[in-house]
Amino acid sequence: MFGKKRVAVIGAGMTLFRRNLKETGKELAWEASNMALDQAGLELKDIESVVMGTAPDAFDGVHMKGEYLADGAGAWRKPYSRVFVGGGTGVFAIDAGWWHIASGQFDTCMVVAEEKMSSCYPHPAYAFTTIFDPIYSRPLGVTLIWIFALEMHRYMHVHGIKKEDIARVSVKNKRNALDHPCAQLGANITIEDVLNSEVMCWPVQRLDISPTSDGGAALILASEDVAKKITDNPVWIDGVGWCIDTTFWTNRDLYYPKYVQGAAQMAYKMAGIKNPPKEIDVAEVYDPFDYKELHHMEGLMLARKGQAPKLTAEGVTQRDGDLPINPSGGLLGVGNPIAAAGLMKCCEIFWQLRGEAGKRQVKGDPRTGLAQAWGDLMQYGSVVVMRS
Amino acid sequence: MAIEKITDTRQMLHWPGHMETDYIYTLGIACEKFFIEIKENGRILGAKCKHCNYVFVPPKLYCEKCFAKLAEWVDLGIQGVVHTFTVAHIDINGTELKDPEIYALIKFNGAEGGLVHKLGEVRPSQVRIGMKVEAVFKPQPNRKGNINDIKYFKPRE
Amino acid sequence: MSEKIKHFPGESLKGRDIREGRVPTIKHRPNVKYLWSAGVAMSRFLEGLKKGKIVGSSCKKCQRIMVPPRAFCEECFRPVDGYTNVKDTGTINTYSVSYVAGDASRIKEPILVAVIDLDGASKGMGILHLLGEIDDWKTIKFGMKVKAVWKLPEERTGTITDIKYFKPME
Repeated sequence: MFGKKRVAVIGAGMTLFRRNLKETGKELAWEASNMALDQAGLELKDIESVVMGTAPDAFDGVHMKGEYLADGAGAWRKPYSRVFVGGGTGVFAIDAGWWHIASGQFDTCMVVAEEKMSSCYPHPAYAFTTIFDPIYSRPLGVTLIWIFALEMHRYMHVHGIKKEDIARVSVKNKRNALDHPCAQLGANITIEDVLNSEVMCWPVQRLDISPTSDGGAALILASEDVAKKITDNPVWIDGVGWCIDTTFWTNRDLYYPKYVQGAAQMAYKMAGIKNPPKEIDVAEVYDPFDYKELHHMEGLMLARKGQAPKLTAEGVTQRDGDLPINPSGGLLGVGNPIAAAGLMKCCEIFWQLRGEAGKRQVKGDPRTGLAQAWGDLMQYGSVVVMRS
Repeated sequence: MAIEKITDTRQMLHWPGHMETDYIYTLGIACEKFFIEIKENGRILGAKCKHCNYVFVPPKLYCEKCFAKLAEWVDLGIQGVVHTFTVAHIDINGTELKDPEIYALIKFNGAEGGLVHKLGEVRPSQVRIGMKVEAVFKPQPNRKGNINDIKYFKPRE
Repeated sequence: MSEKIKHFPGESLKGRDIREGRVPTIKHRPNVKYLWSAGVAMSRFLEGLKKGKIVGSSCKKCQRIMVPPRAFCEECFRPVDGYTNVKDTGTINTYSVSYVAGDASRIKEPILVAVIDLDGASKGMGILHLLGEIDDWKTIKFGMKVKAVWKLPEERTGTITDIKYFKPME
């Protein structure tokens, strides 16, 4: 066993994901975390520590929003920390929650994530232009979508992947999201719809991209002793991993996410996983763009390099396939309130492993699940492996 | 290589810039009710947690101590007490103010927390901690549903 | 438990109602300005651009010539051993055609963007820049040779835009 205590997930909660929600960020954090507590059958006084995951301050428009959100996250007079690794934050937050308990310091930890992107005008993408190096990059007018388009194009070029091979991911995830009660963009669309959608930054088209969203999500973690007293059905965190690659993103070959591989190797080693595609029953892979699901499946070694599109075309990644990917509907379907979207993926794996995902439940009896997120300047991977 | 001591980045190669981002914040569930009451009825409301016997002002949707949803609203009146205050001699850009401004944390009877606001109709030398004050509202038609619908707090005889 | 949860909270609003003031909001524009100093390595890079040169830095330990230059080698974690000029020609590593501006508004004439692996630097050492003098973007190819088109010496100010763009070398 890694750490002093084995760590379980015992409750999950989330809000609707929408383009504009009336609630403030604090209120969203409270709604999600209060639901997670209810589901775990605990009260705030039972929580010993809190981890908050939330992405750039520039979205909510509240500088130092870790402290701003603290009361909504239930952190009043408790050990509290905010973690932040860009888009990787949601999954990194559960990793951080794990070490709070595994260290032996706490028996319970509430992990909360929130994003309120709708505050930012003219568009949250504008706030993102400030993440780039002010000297090398910004004078060129660089915007976030450029760098993803450059990565997607390189990935397509190296493996000879066609756009329709990638569009299948968007079709699948938006359809899966029709069964998610919180989803912002569940829809029945076709490959042609994706291929005919507006070209934004070739090869990225409108329907290749997840939306901007408001939302919150939360999980309750507990040590083995506490979890076994509360529930007969805990989900164990058996692997955590995180890894960052160089910030000089133009200096590496964008066709393969080595940072995701690094994070996965760390988590697999901890979980004793030797053959990921065989041993993992269901995965929530970070999909802010459709190509990223494929790219990340390869980084996670769930598919060989360049083979993820083939698995997708064969239906392997559908809910009733052998390796269901993003049964929730992912970011493309459920929505993308950055950190909350990553934690939503952890919630989904929790529900799937408990057999409580309702219409979204994958076939068989999944015992091992994985959630992954990706962030910073296309350079960060965070992974969690859970088992029921 | 020796470390250069530079006190003004304009003396070296640099790139200027700013963040041209606008923000529009929704008030949220609890604060929206708070400001609508100020705007329409000139009332200052708190939100009460029955379990903790605690009244939050500004009001919240939830109790941060026990996490209960707050549904009970308490009319706090418009009178309060100066809990602490400061006198600003410069503005937010560091420019000297001709007339110093007094900012106070004002607490209300029967509530925790309080409002930070300006004091008016009083000179800095006259302000005391513990002084009783009351809210002076803008005329109703001019109110917009924000904290500046209260012009300031003034001393009460 | 998602199937056990009957109600998920969240009160959805229309963006239009927010923008047009039908929902109470508070507006704010932060007024913060920055001066970013170029630092040790980047100052050399920008001085080089003024002279029409692209400056890289070299590490003897890992034998890399790095562009953009840095003051330290992030792999060996030691100071670089020196600065050296690389060529202003290179190959297209990847590219994109952007119809979107920074504020997510749409533009008619697309911006051509590429990562260009520069000649004279270690393999895979690319920089982000623009492509120009291309009538039809469909003629852009991976691996295509390109060359920097510089501003006139008197117009250069020591910024990345002293190179106007890279153009195909035929």
